[in-house]
Amino acid sequence: MSYFEAKSIAVRFGGIRAVDDVSFDVNKGEVFCIIGPNGAGKTTIFNLISRIYNVTDGKLVFDGQDFTKMPAHRIAGLGIARTFQNIELFANASVLQNLLIGRHTHAQANLLAQLCFLPSTRRAEIGHREKVEDVIDFLELQRYRDTLIANLPYGVRKIVELGRALCTEPKILLLDEPSSGLNAEETEVMGFWIEDIQKDLGITVIMVEHDMSLVTAVANRVMALNYGKVLAMGTPAEVQRDPEVIRAYLGGDP
Amino acid sequence: MRYLFKTRYEQDLRIARQPSDLFWYGLLLAVMVVFPIVAGEFYVGEVAGVLIFAVAGVGLMLLTGYTGLVSLGHAAFLGIGAYTNAVLLAQGVPFAITLPTSFVVTALAGIAIGVPTLRMSGLYLAIATLAFGSIIGNVFSKWNSVTGGFDGFPVQTPTILGFRIQGANGIYYTSLVVLIFVLWLAANILRSPLGRAMVAIRDSEISAQSMGIHLAKYKTIAFALSAGITGLAGALFAHYVRHLAPDAFDILLSIQFVTIVFIGGLGSIHGAIFGAIFVRLLPQAIAIVRDDLPFGIGRMPGLEPSLFGLFLVLFILFEPGGLYGRWLKLKQYFRSFPMYKGSTFKRQKAYAKSERLR
Repeated sequence: MSYFEAKSIAVRFGGIRAVDDVSFDVNKGEVFCIIGPNGAGKTTIFNLISRIYNVTDGKLVFDGQDFTKMPAHRIAGLGIARTFQNIELFANASVLQNLLIGRHTHAQANLLAQLCFLPSTRRAEIGHREKVEDVIDFLELQRYRDTLIANLPYGVRKIVELGRALCTEPKILLLDEPSSGLNAEETEVMGFWIEDIQKDLGITVIMVEHDMSLVTAVANRVMALNYGKVLAMGTPAEVQRDPEVIRAYLGGDP
Repeated sequence: MRYLFKTRYEQDLRIARQPSDLFWYGLLLAVMVVFPIVAGEFYVGEVAGVLIFAVAGVGLMLLTGYTGLVSLGHAAFLGIGAYTNAVLLAQGVPFAITLPTSFVVTALAGIAIGVPTLRMSGLYLAIATLAFGSIIGNVFSKWNSVTGGFDGFPVQTPTILGFRIQGANGIYYTSLVVLIFVLWLAANILRSPLGRAMVAIRDSEISAQSMGIHLAKYKTIAFALSAGITGLAGALFAHYVRHLAPDAFDILLSIQFVTIVFIGGLGSIHGAIFGAIFVRLLPQAIAIVRDDLPFGIGRMPGLEPSLFGLFLVLFILFEPGGLYGRWLKLKQYFRSFPMYKGSTFKRQKAYAKSERLR
């Protein structure tokens, strides 16, 4: 039984099959990468896993638990955190507040205690702050702690979003195009963060990525998609050599 | 420039961020306590009105400014609080019980409107709450056996711990205590996970959800708390006007509340107070200059609502941060003098946004 498993999942929007009979499994502790041309259904798979879309067919299993029908807000509690392609941070809040929201699944204190800010709430808040500071230290975000997101450069926002996902203490991290909008140098740094997350924190990573240099640098296995179907699966080198994949990207005789 | 040196996480959880805050707020409180002794009854009454509107403003600020849900029906919540308080007092229930009861009853009404509108936002939510407000307005005027209909409902003078709360001074001090309680409540909400969840929903529902925030639950809580606090303001309002009339709680009052949060500054508790001061003092200012205006403008009907509208539009266009935003800029100007840059507060436009998935 693998750690994370998608069993022939499919989703239809009207007549369009955005994801069609896709199966893959991810082993504990690996970096699994999904590649494919635009519109291949990569982000849709992420939205299926985070339960923003309903799966039309198939099953999603994590750590022996079927979460195909679980409501979206419980996915984080399950240990699956994600980032977004175009950054969905809370723009009018500081970095610190954004990271603290990542602690939400661990902060289920009762309402009355929060309204009165009882000592128990205060202690819990300080505990969350300590966890958040660990993430700040890990990602070297100290100098941005009190800066509003709206005032941060794009590259830093990407890191903050990664940090917010880490604050949920995930078992699996879904990264949607971590290098999009970053320059070559920032992309390389992002690669190091992903390696650190895998090796030091022991978190399994599933990511969607276009930049093949980043993919070859960090991915253990790669799945290539086109038009919602799986084209190839294997090590980065194998997938890059696959004739179907080359045809999907560069065109050729059908 | 001044920097605050922090050595413990605890410091970020205090209501007063720096020792000087404690001094200034203490001074303000002292002035507020002494005010009725030195000022005339008329002014005390006017300031009491500001305090009551500030309570309602904080209530709406939690909903609109922090959770991002617009409501055009808050006059109805004020009315529910006012009638609950007045009707229970008439039954002989002591004020110490009717006041919290108005909070609870209005909070329940908030849930009643919050749950069916969970999936709405923006204009649609505004229209739904507008409809709710007008329904409740009709209930006030038609439910003769309880509210007395258009004859109105006289409000009895309340007694608490043997003191009769009467006259401008009585309502002034009661409102001050309630406002301080509500401010404390709001501060607690904002520094706890609840407040963060509300802000998260305001800024990005989709990522709030993927951080594990139950949207329906937190939107309902926000509606309940906002309505409840407005209900408290309503209970005070009943004693302020002393005779409840159903047409007092109309759409114009709701728009005044919206004006409070927009002109005060969305997303700040200070803004609710500033907005309440503005909204209560504008009619007074109009009354003072009314007779001196040329061409008989002062005698035109609808001068007041149109000025409210004009100010609302001007603020949204030129100072979206509201009065509080203006105040922050002013402070920053003096703090960083002579290095102030106009672009410090320039807002960035976000062009790339994820699909909203609504």
